[in-house]
Amino acid sequence: MPGTDPRRDRFPGYDVTAKRDTPSWNAKTRAVVDERLAIDPEAHRFFDTTEWRTLRALCDRIVPQPADRPGRVSLAAMVDAKAGSGKGDGYRNVKLPPLGAAWRRALAALEAEANARHGHPFSALPATAQDELIEAMRRGDLHDLAWGDMPPDLFFQDRVVPDVVKSYYAHPTAWSEIGFGGPASPRGYVRLGPDRQDPWEAHEDHGDGHARPANERIGR
Amino acid sequence: MSRVRRHADNPAHALPGDDPEHEPRARHGRAPDVMRLGGWTPMREHGEDEPVDFVIVGTGAGGGTLAAKLAEYGFSVVAMDAGPYWRPLEDFASDEMHQSKLYWTDDRIVDGENPLQLGANNSGKSVGGSTVHFAMVSLRFRPEWFKSRTLLGYGTDWPVDWREMWRYYDEVERVLAISGPLTYPWGPKRPRYPYRAHELNAAARVLARGAEAMGIAWTESPIATLSAPRGLAPPCVYRGFCTSGCSTNAKQSVLNTWLVRALAAGAEIRDLAMVGQVETGADGRATGVRYHREGRWRFQRARNVVVAGYAIETPRLLLNSASARHPDGLANSSGLVGRYLTVQANQAVWGTSAEEIRSYKAPPSLAISEHWNYEDHGKDYHGGWCYMAQGPLPTLWSSTLATGHDLWGDALVAEMQNYNHSVGLKNVGEYMPQARNGVTLADETDQYGLPIARVTYSWCDNDRAQNAHARAFMGEALAAADVRDIWEQTNDTCHLNGTCRMGDDPCTSVVDADCRSWDVDNLWVCDGSVFPTVGGVNPSLTIQAIACRTADRIRDMAARGELDRRARPPARERAR
Repeated sequence: MPGTDPRRDRFPGYDVTAKRDTPSWNAKTRAVVDERLAIDPEAHRFFDTTEWRTLRALCDRIVPQPADRPGRVSLAAMVDAKAGSGKGDGYRNVKLPPLGAAWRRALAALEAEANARHGHPFSALPATAQDELIEAMRRGDLHDLAWGDMPPDLFFQDRVVPDVVKSYYAHPTAWSEIGFGGPASPRGYVRLGPDRQDPWEAHEDHGDGHARPANERIGR
Repeated sequence: MSRVRRHADNPAHALPGDDPEHEPRARHGRAPDVMRLGGWTPMREHGEDEPVDFVIVGTGAGGGTLAAKLAEYGFSVVAMDAGPYWRPLEDFASDEMHQSKLYWTDDRIVDGENPLQLGANNSGKSVGGSTVHFAMVSLRFRPEWFKSRTLLGYGTDWPVDWREMWRYYDEVERVLAISGPLTYPWGPKRPRYPYRAHELNAAARVLARGAEAMGIAWTESPIATLSAPRGLAPPCVYRGFCTSGCSTNAKQSVLNTWLVRALAAGAEIRDLAMVGQVETGADGRATGVRYHREGRWRFQRARNVVVAGYAIETPRLLLNSASARHPDGLANSSGLVGRYLTVQANQAVWGTSAEEIRSYKAPPSLAISEHWNYEDHGKDYHGGWCYMAQGPLPTLWSSTLATGHDLWGDALVAEMQNYNHSVGLKNVGEYMPQARNGVTLADETDQYGLPIARVTYSWCDNDRAQNAHARAFMGEALAAADVRDIWEQTNDTCHLNGTCRMGDDPCTSVVDADCRSWDVDNLWVCDGSVFPTVGGVNPSLTIQAIACRTADRIRDMAARGELDRRARPPARERAR
């Protein structure tokens, strides 16, 4: 339900970036992740102002994040950078235009759908109305002429998921949220069995108060 | 952290001083020493006007292996790759997104009823090819698959004998120091694996528990990552980023095994070298390759050309090499170049365990069951499949949930927090070769001005029947291991084979058993393209075994003076 944060703080006190200066992160990893953390959330070179507004609203619903969250993932800026880079994923369905063009068309189409149904831009709609449009896109049930011959469900599968969803889970904030060990080079792991973890892995909250202090010790 | 102790190299501190994605490393008489930070190793170089014995296009499981063997047999070899020459210790981050630099991400068009997803799980653009990011599972074909038409009633027979392949499998397993079980539960006897099996992670134990409950055999997967030190390579540290590239060199890829041998034996490797055409002379024979490197088009003369770009780039190059004498593309008098692309099933079941699984630790597929590769009863379809434990990292897992389980928004965020309890089983299954599946040229061109590949794929009824059986069985096995909330992922495939099939009839195949083109006798194809059928196991071990066999055959033919022309008509070749 929109408005209820689905995050449960399952790994209280765990911050994967606390391992930055431990043997779990080699120099290349530090450089790569530092660059990602430094992305300017307002940076957009590829999309124009209208597209950017729609894209931000879309990203906020695909992976909702509390507005004032520390370490908030700059999702729309990551999509903008990818669209501007000209680098794809290695395949393109014959029914989709190239990456940047597909995004431009879909953002215009979402805007047209929002205006037609609600008389407002997509970004001005309440979350429930935005979610209805997104779910209709996922099911391929949007038909505004602005989509052209591009199937909305294919756009969702081949562009929204790789460009938005994967970008979020490529960010340390997401790694901490799901208890992922994160970068692990050159140091990997020792304890591999069920319910086993190394001291430098996230500890799950079992209600006994042990997790937070164990997580706060990591990297210190 | 001063407690980090290593012999010579300390990857904790050093960044590379150059940009291997834009400036070639292998030149000026040296190539990267992949085992050392900033290291170099001497490399013999060849002039472009001097015809080398073999120019090899592609340095993956086929081309890299062949380069090493041919150089060791005394041939002059230049091996080219479109990708960079990495030093894993300094170039590889522990990061899925960044490491997509290992994949072939140039545009390719996909269509058909079941369009393929390319790039991450099946296409490499690196010196060493996709073995730089493969999951290391190293399996032998079931012997009957080499004669599946005759013995099992489907597909096409290979023109090679399984007993001969068995000997080449031995060789490749030793070269890669495969870690595996003492005794293998399926198939004819094989030697014990060179290195001991790895400890099972929690995801692998779930597979074992499920298989035992179902009453079928399972074992530790034979995999190409070290379970003990070997030379400068340490044993696997279980960091789990295998399909994003191994930053410790524990993975035994073509990059740090065969190509090290190739350089030592005098082969030259050219990185960031994109081959655009195989050129032919007035007599129709290959004269060399036109390639792009350091900002301009060049030409390398050669007595023999080997195309080893895997099942998409190989037919693309042959089709792009059309000329007046070869109007339908090179080596294509059969019309089969690009046809019979055959991928493998990658069906999965996933669920949630009460235990913490944390499948991000260790290689993803430490346990396997090949039961349904060797059991022919109880199936309403042809072909076999195996299934393995899985270890998706977060971005892959999130896209699996989004595209395979229809989750987005709050529901996705909620489910992703079960990541450490999520566990699954995924198969590698034998799809049927179909003439309608394949690679053609699209109208669009790439950054080099070359027409890009259009890759067409549709499942047949047999493929769908196998998918259904595999999902149902794996689902039962997962439930039997006390995993709950099980769901099926139906949208994935893996591995690319076919498109230049081998055979013993020039009308129905592109190359002969020696990977030699029927049409152009100094043109060879050596990669997964030559597979007439794909079996139910990962192909890399078989590609390397075929490359070893091809090298031995070339050595023998050269000794008999048969390299300059095909010595005997195909009929006699067939009778051998």
